[in-house]
Formats: sequence, structure tokens, C-alpha cells
Amino acid sequence: MTELEPTSRRSRLVGDLFRREGAKGVAVALLSTAVVLFAIGWLVVHSKNWPAVKDSFFNAQEFRDSFPDIAQKFVRNIEYFLIGEVFILSLALFLAVLRSLPGPVFFPLRALAITYVDLFRGIPTILVIYILGFGVPSLGLRGVPVSATFWGLVGLVLSYSAYVSEVYRAGIESVHPSQVGSARSLGLTRLQALRFVIVPQAVRRVIPPLLNDFVALQKDTALVAFVVAVPEAFKEAQIIQNADFNFTPLVAAALLFLLITVPLTRLVDWLSARERGRRQGGAVL
Amino acid sequence: MTEAVRVEGVHKSFGKLEVLKGVDLSLAEHEVICLIGASGSGKSTLLRCIDLLEPVDSGRILLNGEQITGDAVDQNRARRRMGIVFQAFNLFPHMTVLRNVTLGPSEALDLPRRQAEARALELLERFGLADKRDDYPDRLSGGQQQRVAIIRSLAMQPALLLLDEITSALDPELIGEVLEVIRELAAAGMTMLIATHEMGFARDIAHRVCFLDAGRIVEEGPPDQIFAQPQSPRTKQFLQRIIEAGRL
Repeated sequence: MTELEPTSRRSRLVGDLFRREGAKGVAVALLSTAVVLFAIGWLVVHSKNWPAVKDSFFNAQEFRDSFPDIAQKFVRNIEYFLIGEVFILSLALFLAVLRSLPGPVFFPLRALAITYVDLFRGIPTILVIYILGFGVPSLGLRGVPVSATFWGLVGLVLSYSAYVSEVYRAGIESVHPSQVGSARSLGLTRLQALRFVIVPQAVRRVIPPLLNDFVALQKDTALVAFVVAVPEAFKEAQIIQNADFNFTPLVAAALLFLLITVPLTRLVDWLSARERGRRQGGAVL
Repeated sequence: MTEAVRVEGVHKSFGKLEVLKGVDLSLAEHEVICLIGASGSGKSTLLRCIDLLEPVDSGRILLNGEQITGDAVDQNRARRRMGIVFQAFNLFPHMTVLRNVTLGPSEALDLPRRQAEARALELLERFGLADKRDDYPDRLSGGQQQRVAIIRSLAMQPALLLLDEITSALDPELIGEVLEVIRELAAAGMTMLIATHEMGFARDIAHRVCFLDAGRIVEEGPPDQIFAQPQSPRTKQFLQRIIEAGRL
């Protein structure tokens, strides 16, 4: 697995090609890519409706005017993402641990955790956000926040926790039972064995898939737009789009999301490759 | 002689397979008993039952005269008084050697960190592993890992050490260093119950040898008697096979 190291640091797409086909192969690939891109570009630009499409989706003036406003609101998305993630990670771990408790005594807790996961994985996230974001504030309960943003975010957390808890659970189940035996034989309690031995190993193993869910969450912060009063990037783009009758602001918002999600995705790939390399490389157990 | 462990009529099944069919065994303090027998004869299961890693179906187990099987017992407390070392080492791969050894004392015995570390370092020193304290298990050889696993058990200062074929997963040239540790422990008076395929070692170190076959102790006695004049035809047959394999 020593091969994996240097290539996984750079773009493996080009690196692999270089190793397999040499410099000539890379040159051919570049040339054919250029030809394909040019052909597609030519076809698009010369299609009958291109001027109209260009004007309403890729309007440079509109882009320049709207981008700063949307970027400013995008800070909210990052905020939702960061706050949401903290709660998601904790709630999901709690659920996964509940679900992994053994024995008949803990049956009710396990059943509760399973019901929760089934429920929130089964309902579209946007529905959860809608129901909570519009529903709860309209109840006018005393002592309960009335902010739609707050409840929208709660919806996002509830929904994602269900997914993320399954990732954790896979990690917990991947730790060999002999590790529990080892811990218990030292006189550690079940909970101590989970805390010191099982969960730390499980979490390490699921970091790449967890980051995958991070990427998805970053995008799905836009779903909160459907209930919020204070606009984030998507909502702001929609407002401008409605005012100017032009879709370019939405493209600008999309670009902002890509700026975050693409590097994050590359990071996940890199971490996964490293984790794979480490597991196949050393590790006796 | 004070009795360290007493096993009375222990039965254990996994599903339909009855692995232990009524085992009785008594181990005195400072005594070393070797369990021999073919794979699947129940050696490992017996050790795991004694360490309460598997619940027994019937029968009972006493540690220093105190019953440790059954629902009314604090099993965590009982486990703290015994150590077990496994064939596959089972060290915690995400912890350094030092943390592997201090985990039990500091979390199960509530020892202050400094005290737990002092105890661990003393043991690592004694068995020549002090320089590995900050290494992770996957950096160590099999022999070193197994010695750390033994030290991890010893750090709990157990009244009894259970060894489950601890050299079976090792390359031949690494077996010696691990057996040396056990010899030293025996000389120091550690009470041990050892499941092993190393007949030479068993002959050397054991005060008594028990031959297990199909979930029962078929024959037991001093090593000279068992190895030189086995009584039961099954013991004879087993030893004959071992000799043919060149292991005795």
C-alpha cells in the first residue's frame, strides 16, 4: 500500500493515468478532453436559445450585483451548518450507543432509538423542517422559542441525527467483540468499555463517512430557507431573482455552495484513501 | 493450602453444542495448572467461564471461597480479581502501551493516574518493555504485544491469572520470550490456570496437568505421571498424536 500514499495526495484521476499510460497518455487525455469541451461549448453557444439562456442564467452584470449580498447571507448557512453539526454529532452518538446496549433490560431504550431512526429517516427532511418550522411556532406554547429559524434548524438536526446515528452504529459494530471481552475482563463496566474502548475506535473508523454527511448537511442548510424569515443564501437569491426576473442569483448561490462542498469532498476522498491504506498496511488486529 | 478457585459441576452450551459437560476443578493458591487437550475440548470456554466472560448454564464457581457465578454477584468486582490473557493478545489498538496497562487500574480500580502509571512502569521495566511505553500496539512484535497483554493483566494485581493458549498465535522464535515471563511469574508464586499446546512447557512449569476431552476433565495429576504414564486411553491417544507431530 505504499503506492497509495503519494498518489492519494494529489488528484488521483491524473496520477493514475500518468502511472498507467505515461506522459503520452496524459497528453492524449488532455487533447481529447479539450476537443470534447470545445464541441460541447460550441453546440451550446450556437444553439437557438442560447442568448436567452445566457441572459437569464449567466448574466454577468446581474452576477456582480447579486453576489456580494448572497455571499453575505451565506454566512448564515455556514452558521446553521456549524451549530447543527455539533448537535447532530452528539445526538446521533447518543442514539447509536442506546441502540448498542445489550441485554433484555435495555430493550425499551433500544426500541426507542430504533423507532426514532426509522421515523426520521423515513420522512423527507424538508417535511420535518416544514412541520416544525411552521407548526411549533404557531402553537404559541409558553416558554418555547417562536423563531421559525430555530425550529427549522431543529428539524434539520432531528433528521440528520437519524442518518448519522446509523453511521456511528456501523462503526460500533465493526469493532471486534474480543475488544469488549478484553475491556470487561479488566473489570470495566459495560459503559466504561463503550466509553474507553469501543466508541473511540468506532469514531475513528467512521470519520470519512461522517464527513460525507457533513457535505450533505452543508447543502441541506438551504432547506431551512423554506421556513425562515431572515434569509440565508438561497432565500436571498430567490428574493433577488423575483425582483429582477433573472435566475443568475440562484447560480451565484450554487457557486457559493460548491466553493465549500467541493474542497470538503476532496478532503473526504483523501481521508478515506489514507484510512484504507492504514488498515491494509500495518494493523495486526 | 488455601483454595484459590473452585469449579463445581460447570455445564456450558452454545446453542445445541454442549462444550462443557460437568467440569470440577480446584486450584490452590500459588498453584500452576496446565489444561491440555485437543482444540474444541473446552479449554478456552472453561477459562472464559471462570473469568465470567461467558455465563455458566449450571454449576458454580468460587473465587477464594466466595461464589462469583449467579445473578446476586457483582461480576465486575469479581473480574477485577482475575486476569485473563488471550491467544490474539487483544490489546487496545488506539491506545499506547502505557495507556493499555493503566486503563484497568485507573478506571476499574479508581487508582489516581500517577499511581497507576507508576505501577505500569514498574511492570514494563521488570519485563523489559519500558522503552515501548509510548508506542502503539501495531508497532510491536507479536511477542512484545503478548507480553504487554500479560502486563496489562498483572497491573490489576490479580489473585489468579488465566492464560488462554497465549503462544498459539506467535511465530516460533517469539514463543520463548513469552514463556519466560510465565516462568518468572510461576517462580514468584502467581496462581495460574494455563490452557496450552506447549507440552514441554506444561511439563516444566505445571504442578498439575488436567487433560480435557469433549467437555470433561478425563485425567489429572502431576505432569510426570500424565506425560509418562497416562491412565486413560484418550489421554494416551492424544499424547501419541502430539509425539507424532514432534511437539513433545
